[in-house]
Amino acid sequence: MSDGPRRGIYVAAWRRLRGNRAAVVALATLVLLVAASLAGPAVSPYAIDQVDWSLNPLASPPALGTGHWFGTDGNGRDLFVRVCAGTRISLLIAVLATAVSLAIGVAWGATAGYVGGRLDDWMMRVVDVLYALPYMFFVIILTVVFGRNLFLIFLAIGAVGWLTMARIVRGQALALRSQPFVDAAITLGLPTHRIIARHIVPNVVGTVVVYATLTVPQVILFESFLSFLGLGVQEPLTSLGRLVAEGSLEMESAPWLLLAPSTVLALILLCLNFLGDGLRDALDPRQR
Amino acid sequence: MAQAPLLAIDGLRVAFDAEGGTLQAVRGVALDVRPGECLAVVGESGSGKSQLFLACLGLLAENGRATGSACLDGDELIGSPEAQLETVRGARVGLVSQDPMNALTPHLRIGAQLVEYVTDRGLMSRSQARARALELLGAVGIDDPESRFGQYPHELSGGQRQRVAIAMALMPGPGLLVADEPTTALDVTVQAQVLQVLRRLREGGLTIVLITHDLAVVAGVADRVAVMYAGVVVELAPVAGLFASPRHPYTRALLDSIPRLDAPADRLSGIEGQPPGPHERIVGCAFAPRCRQARDQCRRSEPAPQAAGESVWACHAPLPRGWTT
Amino acid sequence: MSTPLLEVRGLRVEYPARGWGGRRGSVVPALHGLDLALDDGRSLGIVGESGCGKSTLVRSALGLVAPSDGEVRWRGWTVDTRDRARMRQMRREMQVVFQDPFGSLDPRLTAGESVAEALQALEGVTDAAPTRQRVSAAFAAVGLDASLASRYPHELSGGQCQRVAIARATIVRPRLLICDEPVSALDVSVQAQIVNLLAELRRRDRTALLFISHNLAVVRHLCEEVAVLYLGRIVERAPRDSLFLAPRHPYTRALLAAVPDPDPGEAARRSRAESPTVVADRLPAAGGCPFSPRCPLAVDRCRIEPPELESTGDGAVAACHRWRELPTAQLD
Repeated sequence: MSDGPRRGIYVAAWRRLRGNRAAVVALATLVLLVAASLAGPAVSPYAIDQVDWSLNPLASPPALGTGHWFGTDGNGRDLFVRVCAGTRISLLIAVLATAVSLAIGVAWGATAGYVGGRLDDWMMRVVDVLYALPYMFFVIILTVVFGRNLFLIFLAIGAVGWLTMARIVRGQALALRSQPFVDAAITLGLPTHRIIARHIVPNVVGTVVVYATLTVPQVILFESFLSFLGLGVQEPLTSLGRLVAEGSLEMESAPWLLLAPSTVLALILLCLNFLGDGLRDALDPRQR
Repeated sequence: MAQAPLLAIDGLRVAFDAEGGTLQAVRGVALDVRPGECLAVVGESGSGKSQLFLACLGLLAENGRATGSACLDGDELIGSPEAQLETVRGARVGLVSQDPMNALTPHLRIGAQLVEYVTDRGLMSRSQARARALELLGAVGIDDPESRFGQYPHELSGGQRQRVAIAMALMPGPGLLVADEPTTALDVTVQAQVLQVLRRLREGGLTIVLITHDLAVVAGVADRVAVMYAGVVVELAPVAGLFASPRHPYTRALLDSIPRLDAPADRLSGIEGQPPGPHERIVGCAFAPRCRQARDQCRRSEPAPQAAGESVWACHAPLPRGWTT
Repeated sequence: MSTPLLEVRGLRVEYPARGWGGRRGSVVPALHGLDLALDDGRSLGIVGESGCGKSTLVRSALGLVAPSDGEVRWRGWTVDTRDRARMRQMRREMQVVFQDPFGSLDPRLTAGESVAEALQALEGVTDAAPTRQRVSAAFAAVGLDASLASRYPHELSGGQCQRVAIARATIVRPRLLICDEPVSALDVSVQAQIVNLLAELRRRDRTALLFISHNLAVVRHLCEEVAVLYLGRIVERAPRDSLFLAPRHPYTRALLAAVPDPDPGEAARRSRAESPTVVADRLPAAGGCPFSPRCPLAVDRCRIEPPELESTGDGAVAACHRWRELPTAQLD
């Protein structure tokens, strides 16, 4: 029984998702945002680190004539291009870090919850201990030891982010383990890893998807915090969180510096939440 | 026929809006509940037996709509404002559901739940409520009500919980008790006990509607039985007549499928096939596809109810009347 | 005598009572030293109320619960979950149907996939064509239309789900089918269908059957021998006719009396004469017969000295001090 029915469940899920107007709008908005962030720099006459010396003062409000659609920052750099770049970086970090935490968290949590007993105790103690470690301290050590680079940032964030995922998945797996269909799978003599992969993990997808869409914004915010401390993305690259942090310093003199990136950030978070809700409903076959 | 009915249901329909069309759960039911009787409503899952009474009490799910009429002591319930339905549910009709755990809050003591159920709405003073709770716990056969008062729901057995749930539904002194599958989740021994409680309550003058899928449990409790199939009442008759000489083939088939201690043990006679799905459009008699007596007429036109004495049935080819009245 | 297919010897299963803060130590015994044997091709019914240990018995027979004491033997081999090869062999021959028709199927697999999974796991059949063929044959055998194979459990009725579960359990033609309350969650009309289906499959394959239920009337239609369980102990075990016609243990009588009688006159008569044994609220005694607090016949001896199983003739055994004093005629 290979692809046919498997595909069936996702085709049906996609159909249900399309029936959910909020989710469709959210998905379309996200796609548009990603497309804009990719195409934006090509459309704009300015580069990300290019200072427009023609301006006086350097930080000028949005204007169509100059081509600075979102205005410029205190260094005369075009904000539109910088927001595009920031969106790309933020989403990249968020998606990759979430993927890392998803992979580790689901595998860890499902195994602990399903196998139970000693192994569960042991695995969850590991999670507890990692929880107890100061989060920042952990990331700082990583960056100090391995130097600063983008890859490391999302690895570090993902490596910490999986803890909550593992706990959530473990709880679900624990509940699933007492379901008769899992007993039935055992009496069919299926090996443990196969039961986890085929019967446990697919049944936690709904919860996992919702939690993942909540993790993405967390990661974006956490990245901006790291950047603020000087441990995150380095100039001239930027991220949404960093732009918001910078903008907030100039809130009174140049409000656009805060408004533009934070609007994009808020939009992304909103869309992800709607999409997550829609996905959860669509992926649950019990939903009609 | 002399007495005015306590609850008069007429032309009641319940439909649910769902993806892919409207589901007809109840397709036009007329039913009277007489004061002081125990009326059993029997049907398979999906027959609309529960939705019928949930509709009367304004408890349908969000996407459900009820049309038609249901009068409780002369007050129309269908389409009446929520505030009025709340007083009906709170004081005039008690409801007991299948899972006794649903009715009881796990973190509150039994006594507190029973008392607060009525004092919160100012129906009784605390001391009155306490006295009534003790009396009712005794009436539903709970040993030593005083000490049970301080216990939590998880300290009781399933049967005890169900009986406490019945006591709770009776706290405000409703004239009608609707018990929806009260024994389905219970062991046979405990089931017998709960049925005994219902029987005693009826002897005490309470009007009861007993909703169940199991004809066997109604034999010793009910005065009249309404058999539902695919959203309509296919037969309504006094209990003795219905068991001795059912007129509708579906009733006969339901009776035959009961596992008995005194019948030959080799084979049970079940009802082949499935009831119509909720999306199916029903033409003619809904039971025709599973009916051994079905004729062409049954597949074309829906049978109209026919009455003889106390009995009503909806069938083109009713079974011959037996030896009983 | 040949080796029984399934044998349970002195089986004791305890569950750790895990209180607040995960304190361990105290245990709740679910089974107190049970002895049972089921020969190839035979059928045994296990009857009792919830909490009597029926499900624990099933779970330990399947190797899902480890016994605290005693042993479960499959064809003379003491079941040992560490011996993977023997376990595989046993699972190939021992299959199960659970009570909850919806819960026993993975909500994310279609009915066909659930059945195909059994074929793959137990016989290693993975090719699409033979799988499809065997699955449709299994569907036909349980009276399901092959078109239902692509449906998900929530798109099926309870009875249909239970048929799928039976198809999954019987597709490899096991020697023993264990049914844990397979009809209690179903409508009465559907119960009859499922009971008949099980009887048919049993005739076809000469499968042995271990059938668990709280309703004696259902057991009567399927089982040649019946064991009555009360609080983790067998209180009576007898061939079907002897149990139903001449029950020896007061608890068996209480169970029989509790089966609802679909005859209004009879039901009314019986309800008036109802015996106090039906009251299920009282806690078991610390010593003595566990049934004594509920037993209408209990005397002082019953509260002090626990009765042993003793032969009552006709191949029946009962654990009651006073079984001789009970009239042998049927209850009513």
